[in-house]
Amino acid sequence: MMNNVIDIRDLVVVRGGREVLPGLTLEVAAGVTGLLGPSGCGKSTMLRSVVGVQRVRSGTVEVLGLPAGDRRLRDRVGYVTQDVSVYDDLSVAENLRFFARVLGVKGDEVDEAIAAVDLTDRRDQVVGSLSGGQRSRASLAVALLGDPDVLVLDEPTVGLDPVLRRDLWRLFHRLADRGKAVLVSSHVMDEADRCDRLLLMREGRIIADGTPAEIRGSAPDIEAAFLRIVEAAA
Amino acid sequence: MSPRVTLAVAGRVLTQVRRDHRTLAMLLVLPCLLMSLLWWMFEDLPGDAFDGFGPALLAIFPFTVMFLVTSVTTLRERGSGTLERLLSMPMGKLDFLLGYALAFGLLAAVQSALAVTVSVGLLGLDVNGPVWLLGVVAVVDAVLGTALGLLVSAFADTEFQAVQFMPAFVIPQLLLCGLFVPRDALPSLLSAVSDVLPLSYAVDAMQELVGAANQASVWRDVGVVLGFAVAGLALGAATLRRRTA
Ligand SMILES: Nc1ncnc2c1ncn2[C@@H]1O[C@H](COP(=O)(O)OP(=O)(O)OP(=O)(O)O)[C@@H](O)[C@H]1O
Ligand SMILES: [Mg+2]
Repeated sequence: MMNNVIDIRDLVVVRGGREVLPGLTLEVAAGVTGLLGPSGCGKSTMLRSVVGVQRVRSGTVEVLGLPAGDRRLRDRVGYVTQDVSVYDDLSVAENLRFFARVLGVKGDEVDEAIAAVDLTDRRDQVVGSLSGGQRSRASLAVALLGDPDVLVLDEPTVGLDPVLRRDLWRLFHRLADRGKAVLVSSHVMDEADRCDRLLLMREGRIIADGTPAEIRGSAPDIEAAFLRIVEAAA
Repeated sequence: MSPRVTLAVAGRVLTQVRRDHRTLAMLLVLPCLLMSLLWWMFEDLPGDAFDGFGPALLAIFPFTVMFLVTSVTTLRERGSGTLERLLSMPMGKLDFLLGYALAFGLLAAVQSALAVTVSVGLLGLDVNGPVWLLGVVAVVDAVLGTALGLLVSAFADTEFQAVQFMPAFVIPQLLLCGLFVPRDALPSLLSAVSDVLPLSYAVDAMQELVGAANQASVWRDVGVVLGFAVAGLALGAATLRRRTA
């Protein structure tokens, strides 16, 4: 029985001459894991390393027991980049059909993915003419294609209204209930309570790791807890 | 490499171009208009200067247009995160490049068919070799433009920079390809340089078709141009990195 889906050991990543991840060790199991931290702390860098698109200096990253980025992982890991990575000049359905073809996934999954992010009434609209939140949902839908075992989502809920955000977090939990590992980054601290497990990151290090309740402790909210931990370390 | 993915990329690129009417017009109509303009320029002059310049331009237009369109389109893809996403999926780098080459090669075939039809049918360009071979040469030129466009997109960070490769990459080839001064009449150094530039062979092939029409020498030139295109695609594949800084 394998319980660690993602296994990061001593990961060092240098970007632009700076050590962004100075030696990260971390395990992630199935369930919804939130990666929270201030802007520039290295969240995207870590997620890119898990997907295997980040050049790393040293250390290892394993996903489902294989080295990150391995050919055999490419249809088992769904990835949403921080920038909306769909084609502006194609409709939602055309985008999904294209990525489905690349993944070798059947056409009927396209409609399911569109429905899962609640874009059915926009399916034939060109992505460039959608609102920011709708576009990021189109991007999220692509990651759902092929029913991947691991979902790596870089700030997928930015710019969404509260109702949609709740719906998406429900979707993440439905996926987790089916045994998937969902790794979601956010710099909005109030999303913390929606995770099964929470990782707080600061300057490339994990400064807290636990359930939201454990991390909050006696603090009124996660944001206050984050500040407390930072001050205690100073 | 998988034909499924290559075709998916090609189909997607074609859908995008179809949606972009201005680019479509530039690809298909502009070469015809420019050939007509050239014909008109020489209209009142004695002799058949159009027959002298026409074939070279039939080689140059598909090359230039495809170079420009491809370098900007792929650069956009590199910048927008879609390339990063695709490279995290089961997509070979060659699938990506060949998909683009296939889509733009197809567009080039239509473009050349139109430009050749207008030039030969309407404007009276005299061709001694078979007209279809003129089309083949034009398509190969376009594929060359696509391959080099893909390659230079790796060395540009913005669309603005990509467009600047135009004067740096294309215009020297234009000057040395034999359009202005026959290649064997160039100073020996320049003649040697023109021998290693792909557009020279493209123009040679076109001029051969209009002139002596020795098919073997046309095919040899086509082979050289294709060789450059394949080398461009291979180098382009090498510049596509799954892992980036
Ligand atoms: N392409 C790059 N080249 C050089 N440095 C980079 C590059 N991308 C990011 N960095 C640097 O790496 C550090 C971590 O960036 P990263 O994108 O991982 O942060 P983040 O936590 O995702 O921030 P945000 O919440 O704003 O998305 C930053 O200091 C940033 O300046
Ligand atoms: Mg980020």
